[in-house]
Amino acid sequence: MIRAVELTKHFKVHRRPPGFASAVRSLVRRRYEVVKAVDGVSFTIRRGERVGFLGPNGAGKTTTLKVLSGLLHPTSGEVAVEDFVPFRRQASFLGKITLVMGQKSQLIWDLPPSETYALNRAVFDVPAAQFDKTLAELTELLELAPLLDKPTRQLSLGERMKCELAAALLHQPTTLFLDEPTIGLDVAMQVAIRDFVRSYNQRHEATVLLTSHYMDDVVALCPRIIVIDQGKLIHDGDLRQLIKARDPDKRVSFTATQPIAADDLARLGALLVRDGQRITLRVAERDVAGVVARLLGELKAADLAIEDPPLEDVLRAMFGARRKPDGEP
Amino acid sequence: MRSTPARTLRALPTLLRIGVAETVAYRAEFLVWILTTTQPLIMLGLWTNVAGLAAFRDWSSPDFVAYFLACLIVRQLTGNWVAWQMSEDVRSGAMAMKLLRPVHPFFVYAAGHAAALPFRSIIAVPVALILLASSGVHALTSDPLLLALVLPSIALAWLITFSIMFAIGALAFFLTQTMAIANLYFALYSLLSGYLMPLKLLPAPIAAVAAWLPFRYMLSAPVELLTGKHSHAELPLLLGMQAAWAAVGLAGALALWHAGIRRFESVGG
Repeated sequence: MIRAVELTKHFKVHRRPPGFASAVRSLVRRRYEVVKAVDGVSFTIRRGERVGFLGPNGAGKTTTLKVLSGLLHPTSGEVAVEDFVPFRRQASFLGKITLVMGQKSQLIWDLPPSETYALNRAVFDVPAAQFDKTLAELTELLELAPLLDKPTRQLSLGERMKCELAAALLHQPTTLFLDEPTIGLDVAMQVAIRDFVRSYNQRHEATVLLTSHYMDDVVALCPRIIVIDQGKLIHDGDLRQLIKARDPDKRVSFTATQPIAADDLARLGALLVRDGQRITLRVAERDVAGVVARLLGELKAADLAIEDPPLEDVLRAMFGARRKPDGEP
Repeated sequence: MRSTPARTLRALPTLLRIGVAETVAYRAEFLVWILTTTQPLIMLGLWTNVAGLAAFRDWSSPDFVAYFLACLIVRQLTGNWVAWQMSEDVRSGAMAMKLLRPVHPFFVYAAGHAAALPFRSIIAVPVALILLASSGVHALTSDPLLLALVLPSIALAWLITFSIMFAIGALAFFLTQTMAIANLYFALYSLLSGYLMPLKLLPAPIAAVAAWLPFRYMLSAPVELLTGKHSHAELPLLLGMQAAWAAVGLAGALALWHAGIRRFESVGG
């Protein structure tokens, strides 16, 4: 279980305008500013839940994950993970959690991943039989066999991320903090990692807190999402509820088999996309049945699909066009 | 971090093995690297030249040969670069990943250094030993007690040096960039440890101060034992000071580490 109560984390940041003069001035006089990276955030995540943690760049997502994993001391508030106070970083706590950061590596750069795995086996005190079994499983699921003996520096980003994930899970943690675990990966690999995380969550009843640049990761994996912006929690709940609350209209997509006049389309709903014969309309939920009947009957539309608005669109509307709903720098 | 000593001990063989693997990962760098830290040989050439003209304050040419070859051996076995590693790990964010492992990074870094020692010394120490045996052996002690204390003294010198460098590395939590401090440290070390010249040859007031500072116990102390500069009566003070500085260094390094961890900002995404 993860519990945060009024969690805050402030950083003192040195501000300096560009230019030589200001660089010299900053030698003798510095201007500091307190940045409230996390500002009074509270939530509870039960064991075995998969939760998406979303927000625009600089919202405080990674900072929160670092506090929860014990890397940062909170400025104030309470935080507990698996009944431990994370920043004390007791060995038994570290043995129950893992943090995967897409932009950071725990693999030893100059050595093959198998050496990092051996190191983790030793420091996490994993019994040899359990280590062999877990590594064999991970090797099969993530197709690691050809990668284990190649120096990490010679692995591609996708290969490295798969090896990172294995290194992070060899000690079988029950709380997973995943910060952009699919960054830079191709679609097939993203799907493989998602499937793997879901299967791990189910087999080990592991709690997963995920931030991702890719909304597909979150939609596919996380029934619940927590949204923060400027360090404050602005939504905590079911993903579909969020979408419904923020944008209740449906997206109706179809392929036109005959010409449709612009006026006719406007009467059906708001035109969002027209790409050749493929058209997407925004339609109020109460009108969907009528619109679909007309499209399939009178207008002979094909390949019709009714969907919720994409999470990206909902978040973009929430945060404004100024920022993209993705990971922090 | 609270890591159990038993867990750390069990992990030690693997930490050492990984340290060896990292040490030899780059062959060219490894070869260049084992040829470094041979400055005592330069000082040896310089001072034997000086003493070749006439004995310098009772130090003859063979005395200098024995002294600087002993210095070379002790320096090879005690030198370390942990401050650079830690500073880089804090700046790059790699420290965050180290903190997620349940073994104190002090032991992880220490094991890496200990593993590198035999390789670091693979050329310099045998060469120095051969030279010592051939041209400086009569300037070395033959006192069994002094000889028996050389290894414990080198171990204490290693611990003091590692602790101080670890403390400088831990300053990266406060300052991010600590190399200027490491350079200042090395300037003081060079002068006050006997690295540039025997402490006995320093001006008396500086030598008196050096006797109480940690630098002497990081290099000069084991060299003084090897070169038989002490009576038995002086040994408790010498080794006692070494042990005291090792304890102070270790406590200071860990205190600085714990204070630094509270301020750690784990830079970067």
